Amino acid sequence: MTETIRISGVMLVGGAAAGDVFALAEPLSFWGGFDATTGAVTDHRHPDRGASLNGRVVAVASARGSSSGASVLAEAIRLGTAPAAFVLSTRDAILTVGCQVAVELYGKFCPIVLVTDDDLVRVRAAKRAVVATDGPDATIDIS
Amino acid sequence: MTLALATIDTDLLAGRHGEAAAFAMRLLVKFADAMAAPGFLDIVGAHIDGCLYHGQVSLDFVEHAVALKGRVRVPTTLNVGSMDLIHPELFRGGAKLGTDGARVMRAHEDLGCIASFTCAPYQTMFKPRFGEQIAWAESNAIVFANSVIGARTNRYGDFLDLACALTGRAPAYGLHLTDNRRATHVFRITDTPFDDTERTAIAIGALIGAEAGTAIAAIDGLSPGTTEDDLKALGAAAASAGAVAMFHAVGLTPEAPTLTAATQGIAPTVVRDVTAADLRASLARLSTATDGATLSAVSLGTPHFSPAQFALLLPRLAASPPRTPFYVNTNRETLAALEANGAADTLKRLGVTLIVDTCAYLMTEVVGLQGVIMTNSGKMAWYAPGNLGADIAFGSLAECVASAAAGKVVRL
Repeated sequence: MTETIRISGVMLVGGAAAGDVFALAEPLSFWGGFDATTGAVTDHRHPDRGASLNGRVVAVASARGSSSGASVLAEAIRLGTAPAAFVLSTRDAILTVGCQVAVELYGKFCPIVLVTDDDLVRVRAAKRAVVATDGPDATIDIS
Repeated sequence: MTLALATIDTDLLAGRHGEAAAFAMRLLVKFADAMAAPGFLDIVGAHIDGCLYHGQVSLDFVEHAVALKGRVRVPTTLNVGSMDLIHPELFRGGAKLGTDGARVMRAHEDLGCIASFTCAPYQTMFKPRFGEQIAWAESNAIVFANSVIGARTNRYGDFLDLACALTGRAPAYGLHLTDNRRATHVFRITDTPFDDTERTAIAIGALIGAEAGTAIAAIDGLSPGTTEDDLKALGAAAASAGAVAMFHAVGLTPEAPTLTAATQGIAPTVVRDVTAADLRASLARLSTATDGATLSAVSLGTPHFSPAQFALLLPRLAASPPRTPFYVNTNRETLAALEANGAADTLKRLGVTLIVDTCAYLMTEVVGLQGVIMTNSGKMAWYAPGNLGADIAFGSLAECVASAAAGKVVRL
């Protein structure tokens, strides 16, 4: 049985989620780089092109590119094709507002947790992650 | 850090300014918390990018605000939408995209937004003033407002822009604050291979976008003859190639009378000498088509063409009329001025199609926009291969006109 390790973080968007970890090779622009109807990475220049992020706990430093990425992410959450959660090492405005709007409009949760650079490395190396938030605090159980 | 709320903020949250403002303020409070902003400040205007349709959520968000009887609390302009509402016959997308795209645009008008539908609001009567706090979306407009005007905005975008407009408040962080507006990267132009200020500006814009990313660059060595439209093109190229929200051009932009002013007297972290070869390479990266290739169209006006740009274009076109389809994107205010002085008729007679309210690079099925497209816009060059699946030849305004007359990519 694999060992579970608990990592503490800061809640950017609340919620609870669990899924296999997807460590994006580099930051992704959701506008122009992600298909909200399928949940797949579509950016021609991105190393993870073709991979599905649907239901995954996406671990990456930040997003990239156009602020319209917030709409694309919120649309994916509405459609059920979005990641289960994000673990980031920066306070990313685009992803944060996209996930917040999905909560406000649809009551659908895609939590975002902020961790240190070192902890992000540990999450990216894990297979599975369980994310939970409690007020301003958050935990990630990785295994 | 705890978020400090002023009386107006708690009033907004409590619904004393309506349910839509309360909804928007709730979103802003959560957002400001997540960004670790200490509080909010008043804004005097907003510019909204959410009128572009990105799926059902675009419609749901704005129609929710309409259902709550929302009204914007500050003068608010609208960015380009998915449709040319004045020339809908140019649209070739699907029926649902057309209907929903137009609904999103109309719903913003219902909230009291001004039907400007332009990505260059800074060249209309809604231009902000130096030092004003604003909440703007649209990457090129953000750069222009911060850099060329000296107004203050962060990179707002979908949802947040409307939330700020509905409340008249913005999180007090980032580029709203003086300390965060200093240049940390200095780019010194030692030489340029171009004899026009247009290409030099776009080449350095694309370069700082690629190399500075989100950092603020001070550009030293641009010609004093660099125009407002050159700086607009520079910012648009920088914001497309990177996430640039502000730059300084020493001697040209208002917060950079000197290099020391631009850096606020603090030593920069990066100082980079830019050579003629660097600028030539930067511009070459914008083209995917080869010189001499057969041209299927020319598209100018990304961002929207200004009256001054039309004044440069008209005599050139009259001297050598295009034989390929020739599109110019602009806004309603400029179109009205062109119609009033007869220039719109002249352009039409010369074979020019004017597109308003939207932009050719968003209209994936505009007739003629396949194959090789030529443009003088760094932004169009950056996005068209992905958005339109087209090949791009980047050129100066003069090269675009000469190429349109020749039917192939011509270099001058």
